Amino acid sequence: MIEIDIEKKLFSHTGEMNLKIKTSAKKGDFVTVFGESGAGKTTFLRILAGLEKPDEGYIKVDNQVWFDSTAKINLPPQKRKIGFVFQDYALFPNMTVEENILFAMEKKDKKFLENLLELIDLKALKNRKPQTLSGGQKQRVALARAIARKPEILLLDEPLSALDIKTRHILQEEIANIHKQFKLTTFLVSHDYSEIFKLSNKVIYIKNGKILKEGSPEEVFLENRISGKVKFTGEVLSIKKEDIVYVLTVAVGNNIIRVIATEEEIKNIKIGDKLLIAVKAFNPIIFKINS
Amino acid sequence: MDEFYQTLYITFKLAFLTTFFLFFIGLPVAYFLAYSRFKLKPVLEAIVSLPLVLPPTVLGFYLLLVFSPDSFLGSFVEKYLGLKLIFSFEGLVVASIIYSLPFMVHPIQSGFSSVPKSIIEAAYTLGKSKLETLFKVILPNIKSSILTGLVLTFAHTIGEFGVVLMIGGSIPGETKVASIAIYEEVESLNYQQAHKYAFVLLLITFFVLLVVYTVNRNFLKADKL
Repeated sequence: MIEIDIEKKLFSHTGEMNLKIKTSAKKGDFVTVFGESGAGKTTFLRILAGLEKPDEGYIKVDNQVWFDSTAKINLPPQKRKIGFVFQDYALFPNMTVEENILFAMEKKDKKFLENLLELIDLKALKNRKPQTLSGGQKQRVALARAIARKPEILLLDEPLSALDIKTRHILQEEIANIHKQFKLTTFLVSHDYSEIFKLSNKVIYIKNGKILKEGSPEEVFLENRISGKVKFTGEVLSIKKEDIVYVLTVAVGNNIIRVIATEEEIKNIKIGDKLLIAVKAFNPIIFKINS
Repeated sequence: MDEFYQTLYITFKLAFLTTFFLFFIGLPVAYFLAYSRFKLKPVLEAIVSLPLVLPPTVLGFYLLLVFSPDSFLGSFVEKYLGLKLIFSFEGLVVASIIYSLPFMVHPIQSGFSSVPKSIIEAAYTLGKSKLETLFKVILPNIKSSILTGLVLTFAHTIGEFGVVLMIGGSIPGETKVASIAIYEEVESLNYQQAHKYAFVLLLITFFVLLVVYTVNRNFLKADKL
């Protein structure tokens, strides 16, 4: 059980902001921290890790106090049982893949190292320096290194945002795997809806430093949960007039779709606008695509 | 020993000892300057950089006053450490350490600053102390900066003139170094001897720099592999 109630004044390019977060997570939870850039997501993660100090509040993990402003307790990152995966991977350039992982272990456990290398599928590259790896491979090493110390809490700061879609999907599987196998409580900063639905059982939606919504991904992102409607959100790429209707080209996630709109509907819509497209009375054709 | 070889020996001994001591002094100073958020840091930075811009004779003059047996420091050192700092080799070493301080500190400091903050934080989140992070993560990644600091200090000490003349007084076999010897030989129109000193210095300095750039290239290459 993790209980968090913290407050910190942040100075960003948009001015002063008060980060105020009160939430909790159960052991085994996979929590996604969602929100616009500059909302305070990364700072929240860094506060959990002990890399930044809140002005006020407390953080308790299984009845152990990690931070308490009134009792003046602030455990340094070294004493918190965490694994942190940085956005830029932060691998040690002077060490090989194997050395990076070994460095993280309190006791050098060769067998566990072999397990980890197998888990991330990098056995063949264990003697390579990080600079020679691809982004996906680097991120795998960073993951393996983060769990080499056998943490209880895994903190992932937008770990997949720099990767292509295919690699991202593979790594999402691996993260889900690791989360289960090591019985971790995981906090992930992410913007990617499919990632959030696939991985997490809880979402904290932060806006301007405050929690806007909190709950399961369905609760947070789908307003009318049992309506039977199909909804997409997307961005308008082009608007074209064809005969008496208009054709909108909309980017929805990784797909580009075309929808028909009336003159009335497109009145206030211009290229670049965010749209919600909903279909009522709907009987879609469904195909299974994985064999 | 021939005075020629003796002078060269003193020159390189001075450069070697200065570099050696300055490495252990410069490293913590550079670490502090790179990572501390201490309010008065600019003051310390200015002091470290002083020898870069101050005429060596000014520095030499003040050191002469401070090191003199009549001063507090001079008498203290002489009484408790048994060291005479004026017109002695030991005094030259101390003066050179002060004079070459920025040449050791600046490259290492910029090396420290170039290390991505995230890899230092990553080491902390992996349970590593600040000291272990310094030795196993930071220093191995700034090898080329350290080498640059060492070599610049060495070369700069060989090339110093004003300070050693003021503090050392050019005593043959004790404090006379090659750069002063050249000046004295030229003054007495002994060009041939001046050539010998000059050529040896030129050759050795070039060779040292060549080695550094070759090694540095390998460091950079190794980091990429």
